[in-house]
Amino acid sequence: MRAMEYVRPATPAEAVATVAARPGARFLAGGTNLVDHLKLGVASPETLVDVRRLPLDAVETYDGGVRVGANVLNSDLASHPLVRSRLPLVSRALLAGASGQIRNQATTGGNLLQRTRCVYFQDVTTPCNKREPGSGCSALEGYGRYNAILGASPACVATHPSDLAVALAALDASVVLLGADGERRIPFEELHRLPGDDAATDTTLGPDELILAVEVPTTEAARRSAYRKVRDRASFAFALVSVAGAVRVTDGVVEDVRIAWGGVAHKPWRARRAEAALVGQALTADAVRAAVDDELGAAETTPQTAYKVPMLRNTTVLTLTQLAEEEVA
Amino acid sequence: MTVEQQTTPLRVHSVGSRLDRVDGIEKVTGRATYAVEHGESAGIVDPLHVWLVQSTVARGRVVGVDSRAALAHPDVVGVVDHTSSPRLADTDNGELAILQDAEVHFRGQIVALVLAETPEAAREGAALVEVSYDEEPHEAELREDNATHRPDSVNPDMDTDTDEGDVDAALADAAIVVEQSYRTAYEHNNPLEPHATTAWWTEEDGRDVLSMFDSSQGVHGVVQALAPMLALDPDQVRVRAPYVGGGFGSKGEAHAHVMAAALAARTTGGRPVRLAVTRQQMFALTGYRTATISHLRLGADADGRLTAIEHRVQEQTSRVREFAEQTGSPARMMYAAPHRRTSHRLAVLDVAVPSWMRAPGEMPGMYAHEVAMDELAVSCGVDPIELRIRNEPDTDPETGKPFNDRRLPDCLRRGAERFGWSSRPSEPRATRDGEWWVGTGVASATYPAMRMPGNAARVSALDGGRYAVGIGCVDIGTGARTVLTQIAADALGVPPDHVDLDIADTRLPPASVAGGSSGTSSWGSAIVAAAQRFRADHGDRPDAGVETTASAAADPAAEEYAFHSFGAVFAEARVHRWTGEIRVPRLLGAYSVGRVVNPVTARSQLVGGLVMGLSAGLFEESWRDPRFGHVVTQDLATYHVASHADVLDVDAEWLDEADELFTPMGSRGIGEIGIVGTAAAVANATHHATGVRVRSIPITADRFLE
Ligand SMILES: Cc1cc2nc3c(=O)[nH]c(=O)nc-3n(C[C@H](O)[C@H](O)[C@H](O)COP(=O)(O)OP(=O)(O)OC[C@H]3O[C@@H](n4cnc5c(N)ncnc54)[C@H](O)[C@@H]3O)c2cc1C
Repeated sequence: MRAMEYVRPATPAEAVATVAARPGARFLAGGTNLVDHLKLGVASPETLVDVRRLPLDAVETYDGGVRVGANVLNSDLASHPLVRSRLPLVSRALLAGASGQIRNQATTGGNLLQRTRCVYFQDVTTPCNKREPGSGCSALEGYGRYNAILGASPACVATHPSDLAVALAALDASVVLLGADGERRIPFEELHRLPGDDAATDTTLGPDELILAVEVPTTEAARRSAYRKVRDRASFAFALVSVAGAVRVTDGVVEDVRIAWGGVAHKPWRARRAEAALVGQALTADAVRAAVDDELGAAETTPQTAYKVPMLRNTTVLTLTQLAEEEVA
Repeated sequence: MTVEQQTTPLRVHSVGSRLDRVDGIEKVTGRATYAVEHGESAGIVDPLHVWLVQSTVARGRVVGVDSRAALAHPDVVGVVDHTSSPRLADTDNGELAILQDAEVHFRGQIVALVLAETPEAAREGAALVEVSYDEEPHEAELREDNATHRPDSVNPDMDTDTDEGDVDAALADAAIVVEQSYRTAYEHNNPLEPHATTAWWTEEDGRDVLSMFDSSQGVHGVVQALAPMLALDPDQVRVRAPYVGGGFGSKGEAHAHVMAAALAARTTGGRPVRLAVTRQQMFALTGYRTATISHLRLGADADGRLTAIEHRVQEQTSRVREFAEQTGSPARMMYAAPHRRTSHRLAVLDVAVPSWMRAPGEMPGMYAHEVAMDELAVSCGVDPIELRIRNEPDTDPETGKPFNDRRLPDCLRRGAERFGWSSRPSEPRATRDGEWWVGTGVASATYPAMRMPGNAARVSALDGGRYAVGIGCVDIGTGARTVLTQIAADALGVPPDHVDLDIADTRLPPASVAGGSSGTSSWGSAIVAAAQRFRADHGDRPDAGVETTASAAADPAAEEYAFHSFGAVFAEARVHRWTGEIRVPRLLGAYSVGRVVNPVTARSQLVGGLVMGLSAGLFEESWRDPRFGHVVTQDLATYHVASHADVLDVDAEWLDEADELFTPMGSRGIGEIGIVGTAAAVANATHHATGVRVRSIPITADRFLE
């Protein structure tokens, strides 16, 4: 019989020390992803270190931004007045995800570290490099509707499923981490990684590093931001593609613009090339289209994913031009 | 003893009224017990739990089952494989003849069973069983070039092919020809309650008796399937299904897990076993609708009057057991055309066994036919409703008999009026509301009215003017318990609360499956027969204890007519001009289904069918990976069904009518017609909105991108 230990540390430091000391230990938060993986046989940790009751559940301002504790529930974060007024993008991204029940259970930290929904990753009877390094990628020539089109590799074409992560990537957030060597802070964009030849590793975190909080700058652009998720049904579905956009236009010219995409890569995709192409230009549909096409020059598609290019282009144009119109109005 | 009784039309009092579900309180308070929830009060003491071990190859042979690690688990009690399983007397039914040999016929097939003290231990034990295979090449993909096998008949026992007149000549002469192919995806029934069985063996009077609680649409059918295979007489098997959480056809026949429970229970020395199929396992083991390819050719004169209809169907079956969906069948009776041809060809694949799913045949067949009709309407510039009315046949094109009641035009007109059809622009891509293209579409629906043989009911007098009525049919959540109570009450001339209805047990008089929209017609007629015979024999003031068992005699007058229900489905679709997203803000069905026995439960059936048809039109797809041979969208996160946010203004209404030639209640059956035509109405609306014709379902956003 496979025994599994469940521990509930009293402090973040104790949680980190416990995971560091025990190979095969994993942090458990809301469990909406990890517990599924236990049932499916995708994960088989020897110890579950429950971090859910650690006092990491505050949403508070700091100089220039909002700090969100790792244990803040997705539904609480989405409805928090600070977030709704200063970071509407975060609120909309969260509400576009999962269902009311899941959001009531899911945490900020867990949401960011949820794993891909690739059907082969979740089916232990099929090869998957992410689950079993070296076994091969079944998605490459299999069910591909949700596959990546940017930054993928022959080892893995999975996409990152989080909506929240796309918003945070657009907003230049940072992640506060606690490891055995103490606290560190990394830019949000460095949290997730592209698969390369190591599909098993989703992030740049050490196995014993605990997310303490996420810090989100409340810039002017963040206030004028929008999240547009395109999916197969009207709710309770992962993104085919999604766009997090923020823009500031002065005298008819783009001064600041943020574009991040979901559903296209192993990590939330910050479209830096497109952003650079737009700054200093008038925000017209043509300009956005050209900028997006520039960024998507690197896209690699299959017959199953070819649709993502026009869908992303259109959705980005729609999102940014609507933001610009709102600003004028 | 069962006597045959000629029925007379019911005098209705409770029938037609909105009686609340008689088992509603049990259900909403969680007291209704489902198949693996029965405990000591039902004789289930100290049960073991069974977990299924499934093959991970699509074709080949099991060369070894290493159960040492599983058996070392402290709570695992046993492992059953093909070398140790009890033998079956009859293995003709390849789906049910599990664990009898080493052959693997499809990925996901049951190759071993693990019995344990807890469900968790059984599941863990199953993961510890190591099965090795000699793998052989398999074929698991339906293509036009491999769907060439001609079955002897199609479900249930229809002609495979039909050919009347000269279709090719008529098409050559036709002013307008529509020639297109349409595809439907694999779909899984996915009832809310996964399949589950409790089974135990006892000895009674020196004979073995197998008892079961099974989540089934027909308990007698389970006995008929299992008893001969287990070398038992029918009375040695007792099956009950007091509550069932939906089936949509997938519980219409016993699937392999039911046999697994029976075999596992055989090995326990009398301890009951519980076997609960997981959602993922349902995608391999409990039936599904085949994908279909329909090749349609319609020939018409310039006014849209059909001269020829050809519907050639390609679909798939499983090598281990044949099931041929009757997708071409509605084209045989739907519209008037002197020249008509239908055919069915199958790809025979190394895949899980397909089976019934709500409106087998009519659902994919009418989807294709009704989209083709819309294309014809566009081609000849005739309004789609007018086109259908122009093609109304005088008699049933299939049998030549008169229809007893064919009120399709009434459904079309009534629905059109309520939906506001007259203001519809005739050109597609004519309306935009903000970023959304807006369009409307219509499709016809039809479903045959069926009464099954082999039904009987028992009426006995109780004290105080009360009556017990028994029949072994199952209420799968449709409200059968409620409507049969109403029928029995009216047949006996008492209020519904004077009737104690007993159902869902093979010890009761026999009943046919809850399928084919035939349940209320078949069981209700038997109840009316028994009640009328009871009154004839025992009068209005019977002594407590007297009883009558009767079945309904066929009415020879009914032989002269064709009986079908009809409907018209209207959909409004909005397609986002930039993202391609599709929304259906309005869906309306207008039906001619005979008398509605209970408007509340009937509405649920019709609206539920509409929602399921919408769901098939836009979302549902079991994506089988041909390399592995199994469906990889095998849970409800990846197999999308319509969410609440997708289901907006959906309504159903029906004509006020009674078909007393068909049943003494005047009813004709309503379980399936709601799903028929609905996907076509949605598809036609997306075309009207955008001008883009998508010829496969589900229709997804990527199909409308520019
Ligand atoms: C049916 C379904 C639909 C969904 N749809 C969407 C959707 O549309 N959009 C979307 O964004 N999400 C969706 N989700 C995913 C959902 O948002 C995640 O499951 C959830 O956010 C995970 O949070 P949790 O607290 O439950 O994490 P857990 O399951 O507890 O943990 C997830 C991972 O994070 C790690 N972890 C948790 N907290 C920390 C921490 N503080 N530090 C370090 N590691 C940590 C765990 O070890 C684990 O690896 C869906 C989920 C389901 C089941």
